[in-house]
Amino acid sequence: MAHITLKEIAHSYAGESENPEDFALKKLNLTWRDGGAYALLGPSGCGKTTLLNIISGLLHPTRGQVLFDDEDITGLPTEQRNIAQIFQFPVIYDTMTVFQNLAFPLKNRGRNKKEIEPRVIELAKILGLEKDLHTKAQHLTADSKQKISLGRGLIRKSVNAILFDEPLTVIDPQLKWELRSQLKFLHKKFGFTMIYVTHDQTEALTFADEVIVMYEGKIVQAGTPEALFEKPEHTFVGYFIGSPGMNVCACELQENRIVIEGHELLLNRTYTAVKATEKVEVGIRPEHLSLAPPDTNGLPVKIIRVDDIGRHKIVRVALNDKEFNVVAPELSDMTGDRCSLQFDTGHTNIYVNDHLISGERM
Amino acid sequence: MIAKQVNQKAWFMVLPVFLVVAFSAIIPLMTVVNYSVQDTFGNNQFFWVGMDWFRDLIHSDRFHDAFLRQISFSAIILAIEIPLGIMIALAMPKKGWGVPVCLISMALPLLIPWNVVGTIWQIFGRVDIGLLGHTLAAMGIDYNYTQDPIAAWITIIVMDIWHWTSLVVLLCYAGLCSIPDAYYQAAKIDGASRFSVFRYIQLPKMQRVLLIAVLLRFMDSFMIYTEPFVITGGGPGNSTTFMSIDLVKMAIGQFDLGPAAAMSLIYFLVILLLSWVFFTVMSNIGEESSNGGA
Repeated sequence: MAHITLKEIAHSYAGESENPEDFALKKLNLTWRDGGAYALLGPSGCGKTTLLNIISGLLHPTRGQVLFDDEDITGLPTEQRNIAQIFQFPVIYDTMTVFQNLAFPLKNRGRNKKEIEPRVIELAKILGLEKDLHTKAQHLTADSKQKISLGRGLIRKSVNAILFDEPLTVIDPQLKWELRSQLKFLHKKFGFTMIYVTHDQTEALTFADEVIVMYEGKIVQAGTPEALFEKPEHTFVGYFIGSPGMNVCACELQENRIVIEGHELLLNRTYTAVKATEKVEVGIRPEHLSLAPPDTNGLPVKIIRVDDIGRHKIVRVALNDKEFNVVAPELSDMTGDRCSLQFDTGHTNIYVNDHLISGERM
Repeated sequence: MIAKQVNQKAWFMVLPVFLVVAFSAIIPLMTVVNYSVQDTFGNNQFFWVGMDWFRDLIHSDRFHDAFLRQISFSAIILAIEIPLGIMIALAMPKKGWGVPVCLISMALPLLIPWNVVGTIWQIFGRVDIGLLGHTLAAMGIDYNYTQDPIAAWITIIVMDIWHWTSLVVLLCYAGLCSIPDAYYQAAKIDGASRFSVFRYIQLPKMQRVLLIAVLLRFMDSFMIYTEPFVITGGGPGNSTTFMSIDLVKMAIGQFDLGPAAAMSLIYFLVILLLSWVFFTVMSNIGEESSNGGA
């Protein structure tokens, strides 16, 4: 076990290059605490898998160093890094039984039978594979095959970290939930460092203590699920996390007032002036918007759509061509399609060129 | 429930296929069957002999020898070409400019017609003018495929390897290329050795193409005719008289239609039987022990 430090890591699949466009992974620094549960969240193609493969040594970074406990292991091959990695699609050894599959990583490292057997049986029990231990792995369902892949990742107790590359993609939703809880349980029990790559925010937020959001090869925010939700540091994080995502809307900013489409709103923070050329936006979660009867305090908006998703309704409202999503519990006191949109000023964030700026509390 | 209407018109749709198969396979085969149970002394007069030709043939030394030569040849060919083909396929590059170069040079021997291959090697091996034969003679090695049965066998085997290993290579290469990268990555993570990667990933994933390769190479080598006919004509003596060569000698050289027909039927059944055995065995590899540990 070790803590893992990425120092000035950058990677380009085209090799060393002057052109920053070539880099799938832009320069980044990151430290993974020993025993932490991390999630790497981001859309497809944002560099999550690249980052994972650099840690496991399947890829050699174009620039920078990978340190395990302050020791530079950038040049070490995968097999010497003592890392476990689980891939998106099940990888099983067809001709082996489930038992042999699970035992394979231990056997390759020269562990003896007495040590391997109880460990395999213990893990098979946790994963619910004990009935199939002596069947050929190729005869199992995709679910069970992926469980075998997971099992091969979890079998070694002394690994530096376990890396998951969207491992639950092929699993049924019901089982997904169950396996994720098992992973959390295993994390608590054995204290592995776990890094979990996903593009599914629910998966990331429930699994990890700390979520790292990536976008276009850069880390845009690293923080607890709560921080990501309440204070997205980048508009992308706002869009990406939450369902529906954060409302982001162009506005003008004057100290503690913003102007949207000619309507003024007062904030409880004051901001220093920004240059006129910069893009200023206001971001607010649908959960922090509310609707009031028309002609009360608030922005005069028109309701264009209501989606009933069970527990609450998602109301889409428009102010000229600007649209907002609002999470509303009930719409009983609404008549007609006109109403006022009210902002919870405590949860209103201001973004300059997509990055959060923090004003001073008044 | 509405009764399902039976429409017999569909049979007409099958008729063209049936006719083609009848004229190309069934009727010719039946004429062979017809010859195999009759004898003739010319004048187009035939009389019934029943199973006599089959009985004679099965007990004749001539047939035993030809059969033994044929089986040994196929066994040697498979034992060399399959492992060699796998090894070459493993060594071939997976990307870059080397791929087309290797693929084209591998495909070249396959494009040459059988009789040309035979002629090439016939001349190549000649002691007086052939590059191979002359070089070996100059090195003091006693090599003459027209007189020495062993030299003749070696020549034909080397020629077949040169001609057909490419087929095995190309099939195996296609099999190897279809293995997703994740398998190799997982093997690295699991700390698998190079041999384990071959044994547990590459070989099982190549199983299907290998089955095709073995079947094709077996059938072709078991039916080999043109090349040994061109190179040695079945000699020296009878040492390279394989079943096909013997069959032609019997049917066209001696005009023994009855025994030749019986022999071709037996020949056909042997190929069918052995192909079926290969197919069953190879498609069940890995299956048979599936519950072995339970």
